[in-house]
Amino acid sequence: METRLRDGARRSVPIGIAVIAFGVSFGVLARTAGMGVWAPIVMSATTFAGSAQFAAVSILHTGGSVAAAIAAASLLNARYVPISISVARLFHGPLLGRAFRSQLIVDESWAVSVRPEGGFDLRLLLGAGLLLYPCWVAGTAVGVVGGGLLGDPRRLGLDAAFPALFLALLAPQVRGRRPLVAAALGGAIALALVPLAPPGVPIVVASIACLVGWTRP
Amino acid sequence: MSSVWVVVAFVGAATVIFKSAGPVLLGGRDLPSRVRGVVALLAPALLAALVVTQAVGGDKQLVFDARLLGLAGAALAIRLRAPILLVVVLAAALTAAARAL
Repeated sequence: METRLRDGARRSVPIGIAVIAFGVSFGVLARTAGMGVWAPIVMSATTFAGSAQFAAVSILHTGGSVAAAIAAASLLNARYVPISISVARLFHGPLLGRAFRSQLIVDESWAVSVRPEGGFDLRLLLGAGLLLYPCWVAGTAVGVVGGGLLGDPRRLGLDAAFPALFLALLAPQVRGRRPLVAAALGGAIALALVPLAPPGVPIVVASIACLVGWTRP
Repeated sequence: MSSVWVVVAFVGAATVIFKSAGPVLLGGRDLPSRVRGVVALLAPALLAALVVTQAVGGDKQLVFDARLLGLAGAALAIRLRAPILLVVVLAAALTAAARAL
């Protein structure tokens, strides 16, 4: 069955609601941190990656240096190197177009595009990205301007929506032995590194678990 | 330029480069079968790492809180073949309920 952009958007509606809520809270935090009105909105529009933006703003807010904020956010987003490599073969056409469309890659749009039988569906990824991008940017704008109307999204349990989404998309992936080993190893590496390494590093290092695919089946 | 805009510019540029790395350098190219076998396993490895970091990740520490109850409910719902919408809503609702108590 052929998928459409719309299918990707429809699948990410529940997570879009959580993304709006976190966009609002990012806007509130950024405003509180003295970032002004436009910088947080521009950041959401150009970076489009929640965790790194929260990290950068928190560091600035607590008096950290510019270098520390940039380093922490860049480490967090370094996971997009392995993530973008995983979907690279789906991107065709002129270089600039590939670079442009790849900006719709974000954890949730990438996860939604995972096919249960293996591989990825580009239209699901782009459709999900096209829905989540305005959610994130508009949420940020509302947060910057409107302040804390919504309250803490964690009070609504919305922070648990993200691991639940990733687990739901992981489950059909791990039918075979090798995907199961890769998942177990990736999860174990992340768990071991969370207390030791700065945020972001555990996910990047966990990606080496894919090397179990090197051996011939 | 204020320090805020320096951070916005650098983080934005770095992220654009990271996200486009694969599609720009490898886009549309067919990789050797062994490399494909490795790349195919990036999905389960990264998804599992995202589950872990989002469920118990804190700032350089493991945090075990109400998110785990939500995730347990999600796991049960996945087991019972519930649609993703229900899985996600259930996780949020259980976590919110646990925090409200």
